[in-house]
Amino acid sequence: MTQNRLNLPRRRLLFGGAAVGAGALLAACTSNEKEPTSAQTKGPEAGGNANANAGRQVTIGFSAPAADHGWIAAITNNAKAQAGTFSDVTLKQVEAGADAAAQRAALDTLIAEKPDIIVMLPHDGKELNASGLKAMQAGIPVVNLDRAFPDALAYRLQIKGDNYGMGVAAGTYIGNQLKNKGVSTPVIGEIAGIDSLELTQERSAGFKAALATFGFTVANRRAAEFTADSGQREAANLLQALPKLDALWNHDDDQGIGVLAAINRANRTEFFMVGGAGSKKAIEDIQADNTVLKATVTYSPSMASSAISLARLIAQGRGLADLVELQVPKEIILASETITKDNAGDYLKLGF
Amino acid sequence: MSATEAPASPVSPADERTTTGPGRRWGGLSETALRNLALVGVLVVLVIIGAVTRPDLYGDPVRVRDNVFTILEQASVIGVVTVGMTFVIIGGGIDLSVGAIVALAGVWCTTVATQSYGTFGMIFTALTVGLCVGLVNGGLISYGRLVPFIATLAMMVAARGLAASISGKQTQVSENRTINAIASTDVLGIPLLVVILAVVVAAGWVLLNRTTFGRRTVAVGGNREAARLAGINVTRHTMLLYALSGLCCGIAAIMLTSLSTSAQAGAANLYELDAIAAAIIGGTLLSGGRGSIIGSLLGVLVFSTITNLFAINNLATEVQNMVKGGIIVAAVLVQQVRFKSLTTIFART
Repeated sequence: MTQNRLNLPRRRLLFGGAAVGAGALLAACTSNEKEPTSAQTKGPEAGGNANANAGRQVTIGFSAPAADHGWIAAITNNAKAQAGTFSDVTLKQVEAGADAAAQRAALDTLIAEKPDIIVMLPHDGKELNASGLKAMQAGIPVVNLDRAFPDALAYRLQIKGDNYGMGVAAGTYIGNQLKNKGVSTPVIGEIAGIDSLELTQERSAGFKAALATFGFTVANRRAAEFTADSGQREAANLLQALPKLDALWNHDDDQGIGVLAAINRANRTEFFMVGGAGSKKAIEDIQADNTVLKATVTYSPSMASSAISLARLIAQGRGLADLVELQVPKEIILASETITKDNAGDYLKLGF
Repeated sequence: MSATEAPASPVSPADERTTTGPGRRWGGLSETALRNLALVGVLVVLVIIGAVTRPDLYGDPVRVRDNVFTILEQASVIGVVTVGMTFVIIGGGIDLSVGAIVALAGVWCTTVATQSYGTFGMIFTALTVGLCVGLVNGGLISYGRLVPFIATLAMMVAARGLAASISGKQTQVSENRTINAIASTDVLGIPLLVVILAVVVAAGWVLLNRTTFGRRTVAVGGNREAARLAGINVTRHTMLLYALSGLCCGIAAIMLTSLSTSAQAGAANLYELDAIAAAIIGGTLLSGGRGSIIGSLLGVLVFSTITNLFAINNLATEVQNMVKGGIIVAAVLVQQVRFKSLTTIFART
């Protein structure tokens, strides 16, 4: 006992030293520097049209939620990078906070500062409809990014992806591939994202409809949570349910990392997989062609870059060069594109 | 002085929290063993349902083996977390931050910088981060006198926030082949993740049932004041329990990183609820003072088997969640019907 007491200060010193050392090492380990992914931008020099010339100075207000997902991170990065390519644009970004109420408050502050135009990705289109209306009534045009306002008066421009079209693109690709292979009654699996989201339901509806045109159905559908670990969990169980699979559609490339891990773990190679969204890693995998992932259908965050470009034109009163109209249209819905090995090289720069 | 010498609790002797020993005997089996047997029964029923609904799958021995290993592998990560959680709950606390700690440790050990230190660096980082966050939890609760619910709730939010800021909200892919191989390696035909789970469960069982640490845990959870009077350093012991839970989360983070070959701030979503639910249906008393590591393991297996059962029958996830909720309620209701009252019923007939 006495011996123990004598040793105590030395032990404390030892533990203390170890703790400080571990702390220093850990702090160094938070660094995440890697070669930056070039943002998805299109600078004025690439346009080659009159719109490339600098116009009057405009301030664009920007607000997007701080969500835990690569796609949202890419949205914000793209918006900033695109604004940086214009000499006549100042981007004023406000943090959207954790929920719709916080974003509403942030937008109130932004509206009071009177920017020339506001680009926003709302937490929820319905909940932030009023903020859109308020800005429009204050004479500030609003560009709604991806999550539509129910009220047409609440926005000047709506630019969004096509979730139903994403499902259709995946279903069409899978249908065509299987038809070409001559499979008459294929076993098709589906790993969806968060099931309670409307966008997941739209994607699945499009997928089902496109497969139906080939006379195919989904044999097993699991819903994951847009995270790699949930994708792994659902895929591992789905592979047990279906001993022989012809094709698999996974809604999201981030969760696809886990899905691929489960497929490799189960040593399954008899089928091909189609991804969703178009992440950089997925496009690289498709190009390398050494996994079951053979294609992905896009829902690209490049729409944020386009939204900034269009916001600039609206604020400067200019239209799209190739259109006859003098103003930017009111609604733009991006087509979901299918990336395969053949065109992966072109899309690599758009991966996020 | 050992915790078993703790003076009898002042609460009514019928209260189960005073049962710090092997428990009441009934039909030659301890109460804990009976509870566990009941859970094994539930597992058997689930397997029978699986065999009836998917005879093609359960008719082929190779596929049965693959499916069982899949269920066990899926249970392994949450199983390790649940072992730590069981200690915390027996000790009279609760840890709502386990999912967030797994995510944080996973993210921290897969940063580009950490990955450059190789396999050892990644494992060291995950374990140390888990342990340190656990110590912070424990420090806040035992020395800072915060209510465990509040302290770990705050940690849940904060750790996920830190994970999001470290990862830049991106999914971090693990490029380390050794780490990634953990999930795809078999030891004597058994998946390594399942072996890790078995080792952690065995260690947890020994720690709880065969050491003074375990006895103290039961004593502290059963009656804090009595434990203090018996000479147990309750404050330090409480802190160690949360550190243990954090360490388990660190181990789980490595396993999860290996399983999904990546980590992200949103990973291990709602693990705290899964772990608490598994411990509760395993017979661990939420008010502390009683619990079983084997019971917790069986609880995890029940949930993992249900997930698998729903997947192999292509049933929707929302139904699965409703069934899970129902099972938790049923398990707690069964706990209310004491085995003692059962014996009196049988004695009457």
